Amino acid sequence: MSSQEIAFVIVAVAGTIGAFRVVTARNVVHAALYLVVTLSTAAIVYLLLAAEFVAWVQILIYVGAIVILFLFGLMLTKAPIGREALDNQRRGVAFVVGLGVFGGLFYLLQDAFPWEASDVEPVQGTASSVGTSIFQDFVLPFEAISFLLLAALIGAIVLSRKDDAP
Amino acid sequence: MIRLPLVLTFAAVLFSTGVYGVLARRNAVLVLMSIELMLNAVNINLVAFSQHLQQVTGQVFALFVIAVAAAEVGIGLAIVILIYRNRETINVDEVNLLKW
Repeated sequence: MSSQEIAFVIVAVAGTIGAFRVVTARNVVHAALYLVVTLSTAAIVYLLLAAEFVAWVQILIYVGAIVILFLFGLMLTKAPIGREALDNQRRGVAFVVGLGVFGGLFYLLQDAFPWEASDVEPVQGTASSVGTSIFQDFVLPFEAISFLLLAALIGAIVLSRKDDAP
Repeated sequence: MIRLPLVLTFAAVLFSTGVYGVLARRNAVLVLMSIELMLNAVNINLVAFSQHLQQVTGQVFALFVIAVAAAEVGIGLAIVILIYRNRETINVDEVNLLKW
């Protein structure tokens, strides 16, 4: 096991614990804070995979913006505290389904990908290389994404403004 | 380099945790958080395959997924707040207006 893999395993264990706490926490604000842990570990995983631009975007967008949006959503909706208030009655079925999904995925990827280490050079995901790829090969999807963001912005404003406003 | 199945296993754990959260939670904001977990698992897979295939394309698509996730959370939370304003609850099993 290389040192990178040891670091990855430590980070992955932290991220897994955070993810489990997100779906089991009895206080919604704690769930949001554990989500920060999991999203940050995902960013560290990107760094370990030499995708630095995606890692910083992850920190900026997810940890910086989306979690804040979640906290505002929790603040504005007065969420109750306690397991019965936050979870429904079919936890057992949900657990079986989740376990089944994991079992299926794990079996498939054991089958499909070898465990032998490959000594390929990592492709550096710097802002330069990612930007070159976006603006050479993916200009049209990039424009579509910007239209989507604009539509989402307008839609969110339309949805959340009060009807009796002038 | 980190071996590919190791990363994919971590992503599978995150994804199935998100599936459990979507099915087990009844607070709509927590359901959205579980969806974020699943989207993150997909992103980790995209970056891992980008390294495996020696191409930067996977990272570009991870960025697109992050942008779509941001739009999704904005719209989703707007809808949740609207439902709360109208129904005084955001429990997904009590919002059954479209159920017959």
